[in-house]
Amino acid sequence: MTGRKKRVANLASHLFLALLAVALTFPFLWMLTGAFKDNLEVVAMPPRLLPSRWNFDNFAEIEAYFPLYRFFANSALVAVATTLLQLAICTMAAYVFAKIAFRGRQSLFVLFLTTMMIPAQVTLVPLFILFSRTDLIDTYAGLILPGIFSAYGTFLLRQNIMTIPNELMEAAFIDGASYYRVFFSVIVPLVKPTLSALSIFAFMSSWNNFLWPLIAVNSKELMTLPLGLSKLQGQWSTEWNLLMAGNVVSFVPIFIVFLFAQRYFIKGITMTGIK
Amino acid sequence: MVGQRKWSRRTAAIVFLTPALLCLLAFQLLPMVSSIIISFTDWDLLTHWTKMNFIGWDNYSQVFREEKSYTAIRNVFVFLLGYLPSIVVLGTLLAVLLNRPIRGVKLYRAAVFVPVITSWVAVSIVWRWLLNGQSGLINYLLSMVGIQGPIWLQDDLWAMVAIILVTLWKDIGFVSIILLAGLQDISEDYYEAAELDGASAWSKLWRITVPMLSPTLYFVVTISLINSFQLFDQVLIMTNGGPAGATSTIVEQVYRNAFQFNKMGFASAQSWVLMAIILASTMVLQQVQRRWVVYDR
Repeated sequence: MTGRKKRVANLASHLFLALLAVALTFPFLWMLTGAFKDNLEVVAMPPRLLPSRWNFDNFAEIEAYFPLYRFFANSALVAVATTLLQLAICTMAAYVFAKIAFRGRQSLFVLFLTTMMIPAQVTLVPLFILFSRTDLIDTYAGLILPGIFSAYGTFLLRQNIMTIPNELMEAAFIDGASYYRVFFSVIVPLVKPTLSALSIFAFMSSWNNFLWPLIAVNSKELMTLPLGLSKLQGQWSTEWNLLMAGNVVSFVPIFIVFLFAQRYFIKGITMTGIK
Repeated sequence: MVGQRKWSRRTAAIVFLTPALLCLLAFQLLPMVSSIIISFTDWDLLTHWTKMNFIGWDNYSQVFREEKSYTAIRNVFVFLLGYLPSIVVLGTLLAVLLNRPIRGVKLYRAAVFVPVITSWVAVSIVWRWLLNGQSGLINYLLSMVGIQGPIWLQDDLWAMVAIILVTLWKDIGFVSIILLAGLQDISEDYYEAAELDGASAWSKLWRITVPMLSPTLYFVVTISLINSFQLFDQVLIMTNGGPAGATSTIVEQVYRNAFQFNKMGFASAQSWVLMAIILASTMVLQQVQRRWVVYDR
């Protein structure tokens, strides 16, 4: 391409991308400023982007209707616990599937993979029944447990661990290391990048999960942010400023995590596309 | 020594695998088997499970007798028709743009990704406000160019259009980032060789980019298809399936039948019908991909 043609093409790309970036992020800006408007200004016509007076009360006022910060703490607890347990369980299983041979291992692994194809809705009803029979409905355990295992995570980690040379493990064995020692000193350090990406992904799915908390929780005290917000909008459907304040509270943490761990977010997404 | 090593290997395998196996059993296999069993009963959750009646294929035949099921299935296909081609075409275009070596491209990549990381609930609530018939920003913007906007979410045609557009808005970052990763796998050599032969930008797109990207495209189509059949969060929040069932979906009906009407047997049957639809369509895709996906690079 000639220099001039290239400049025009670059300019056009910038134009398109800038327009798209604005279109994709503008609703968040609108949400953010809406959270500081009062309940008249939020529906005023013509609409204004910035509030005439920055109203910080919304974030406190919302508490009068719903324990928003309790929801926040619940979401954080559930997401962190789910993520840690999922990583531990999947890495351990992946280690066996990649490096510890036994009879029937292959068929067991295929069984793991098969469950990846079952849509979550198929197991929803029996899972609910199982959890209500074991009195786990309306408990933290009930919120956390279904998310602690991921056949997909196991599969991904197995692929990763398979690339670790056996010689590395053999050397550790000769030095007298056990399988446990090898797991913690050889395997885990080497798969850290994959673990980081998976953990971000697991955290995001748990933080944003809606359907399972919707059926697994009844009492206000245990609601997570998405569930709490959905109930809030059901009751106060016109108080957009309060709803936006609630949305901001649910959005800001994941956004901050995203800013700091962008690379792993994107890696987590692209890993789903690995051939 | 050898015996001891073998023993430790077996214990290690058991210790490391047990948590995952227990989870698989409790949260996947057991629920799957019970789901099949429940789908052949009239169980309503209120009666004791020992008293549930086996009614054979009745639930399944009822799924195909109920008009609501057809509405849900039809709605999902309408959604697919609008969503799938758009997300693939727009996602590819965006990925190509994001792959260009221009300044600030990382910032653009981050920006398109913001809707992806946000929960469907938060996003749906924001869009309900933006799409509000009277006080919504979208209709205000439309009125500025002289268009009288519809009452989006209360209109049985525009509600589905709104769901499609909002889902495109949320998913495009996800799809284009995956496609971007696919694009970055294509070696520059191909393009350089093509340029030496004097190939046009258009023919480079069709002869190099698209074939080389086809495995990733196939993946994106499959994932988008499977996700479309499971349409739920945005529908429940934005329209609650309405108006008059115009945005009702399969999962939304499974949810309603099971957890609002206590029809556990019927809901289970519906979820297996959903499974069958997903399986059948991914198998069709699998057949189709043989014709256009290029694997040898």
